[in-house]
Amino acid sequence: MKKSQDRKYYWLFLLPCLIALTAVIFLPFFYGIYTSFTDSDGFNMTFIGIENYIKLAKDKSFLSSIWFTVRFALVSVIGVNVIGLGLGLLVTRRRNKLSTFFRTSFFVPNLIGGIILGFIWQFIFIQVFEGLAKLTGLSFFEGWLASETTGFWALVIVFLWQMSGYIMIIYISFLNNIPYELIEAARIDGANSWQTFWKVKFRLLAPAFTISLFLTLANAFKVYDLNLALTNGGPFGSTEMVAMNIYNTAFKQYHQGYAQAKGIIYLLLIAAVSLTQMYFSRKREVDL
Amino acid sequence: MRKANKWHTYIVIFLGTLLSITWLYPFILIFVNSFKTRSEIFTNTLSFPLDPTSENYPRAFAELDYVQSFTNSLLITVVSIILIVFFTSMAAYALSRYKRKMSSFIYFICGATMLIPFQSVMIPLVGLFGKVSLLNRTGLIIMNIGFSSSMSIFLYYGALRAIPIALDEAAIIEGANRFQIFFRVIFPMLRSTTVTVIILNAIKIWNDYLLPSLVVNKDGMYTLPLQMYYFFGQYTTQWELALAGLILAIIPIIILYIFLQKYIVEGITEGAVK
Repeated sequence: MKKSQDRKYYWLFLLPCLIALTAVIFLPFFYGIYTSFTDSDGFNMTFIGIENYIKLAKDKSFLSSIWFTVRFALVSVIGVNVIGLGLGLLVTRRRNKLSTFFRTSFFVPNLIGGIILGFIWQFIFIQVFEGLAKLTGLSFFEGWLASETTGFWALVIVFLWQMSGYIMIIYISFLNNIPYELIEAARIDGANSWQTFWKVKFRLLAPAFTISLFLTLANAFKVYDLNLALTNGGPFGSTEMVAMNIYNTAFKQYHQGYAQAKGIIYLLLIAAVSLTQMYFSRKREVDL
Repeated sequence: MRKANKWHTYIVIFLGTLLSITWLYPFILIFVNSFKTRSEIFTNTLSFPLDPTSENYPRAFAELDYVQSFTNSLLITVVSIILIVFFTSMAAYALSRYKRKMSSFIYFICGATMLIPFQSVMIPLVGLFGKVSLLNRTGLIIMNIGFSSSMSIFLYYGALRAIPIALDEAAIIEGANRFQIFFRVIFPMLRSTTVTVIILNAIKIWNDYLLPSLVVNKDGMYTLPLQMYYFFGQYTTQWELALAGLILAIIPIIILYIFLQKYIVEGITEGAVK
């Protein structure tokens, strides 16, 4: 009697989430795998085998969007973690009102969505930079959103500005957990700040690196809002990242079967990158 | 030795102040320029307004349909979050209290879904919800629950493992059923996790653009980011309106952050580290 009652509650408690997960992720996921083998345009679909995937391998705009995203992710991951850790070290030296204020300012961009951040920086890269160009006479400040190279760096700058404060929070929580005695002991042994950092803190931060690298990588690969609001893929699609390429194929050109095949490749790419990173980071944690 | 320490402190203060200003500067620039006329934004972008005007704000307020889009965003966020909190805490409770193969399987699947990027399920998702006429606010709320479930269940599951089962057993002996145990005894003990779940999901849902743009892209249903997108597209040549609009969109978040700073920072840390 009690057993069967408990079984009833078990499913009752799980049901709402399972329904939502099924409707929103499981069903679309499996249906999506099928869709990627069809020529769906959103209304009609015919099974065409692996044709989409063959086409993909020769699709220049898709391949260049992958390459662009990979480069973006690489630069961003390094930048965000270096800046995030730097900011973290800066504000954990002492805990007072001032360092709380510092934290707050570094963190604020994170609370605001990519669309609004992208628009804010559009104003800066277009209008403010033009003002700076006039003021200084340097051509460096001209047309930042008008070429692929500067567009790339514009996206990186905004992403660093947004993400570093978030990653800083993670480093802070790990830095605060380093036992004070360890640092004190290193000092007594005659280590200076630089040595304490590399020999003590840096090693104890291994789990923080694992988490931060994972989060930055995942976020860098998934950028869409910022891409849309800042460059909208321009000029001529040269700053289009994978997420936007898929969106445009699906909802502007309505080649949904084809876009879905891109979505599957995108999923495999993210899963491969994330799992590889996790594997190596965990290994490093154990080794240290 | 003491002297060196003092120098360190000065350097930290100096660097920190410099970096803080750098970080806040984009906001300051937008704010300052939103009080200029269109022509002054072009001729004098970098310094303070010579002749400040607040005229841009009422116009941006009206053009953004601010009250409507703010209410829409608030409605979607609040309803989604209430349901997320109840449903995911209940699910995590079931998974943590009934040790079965099924539980580990479901837990594993939840973890796996976190790797799936939105763009990989987006197309069939919109297709399927369209077929059952759920491309509306109800549908959006269901989607928010689905996309938030895994992470929230993980957070609750972690907290629930720290609560001894003896507590449940004592309540069962007193004659309480599972619902009573969960809502009267267990759920109140999960308060700090609930705060984390609320904050992480609120930031995500409030700022979300892509999902609402696919699901509630209709006049009268626009959320704030959606409205902002159309508004900005329309007024890029009229910076004075666009900038005032941006400030209007940012203000509610900043106000909330100032009041809830402690919880927000704690919530973010919990969510990331766990």
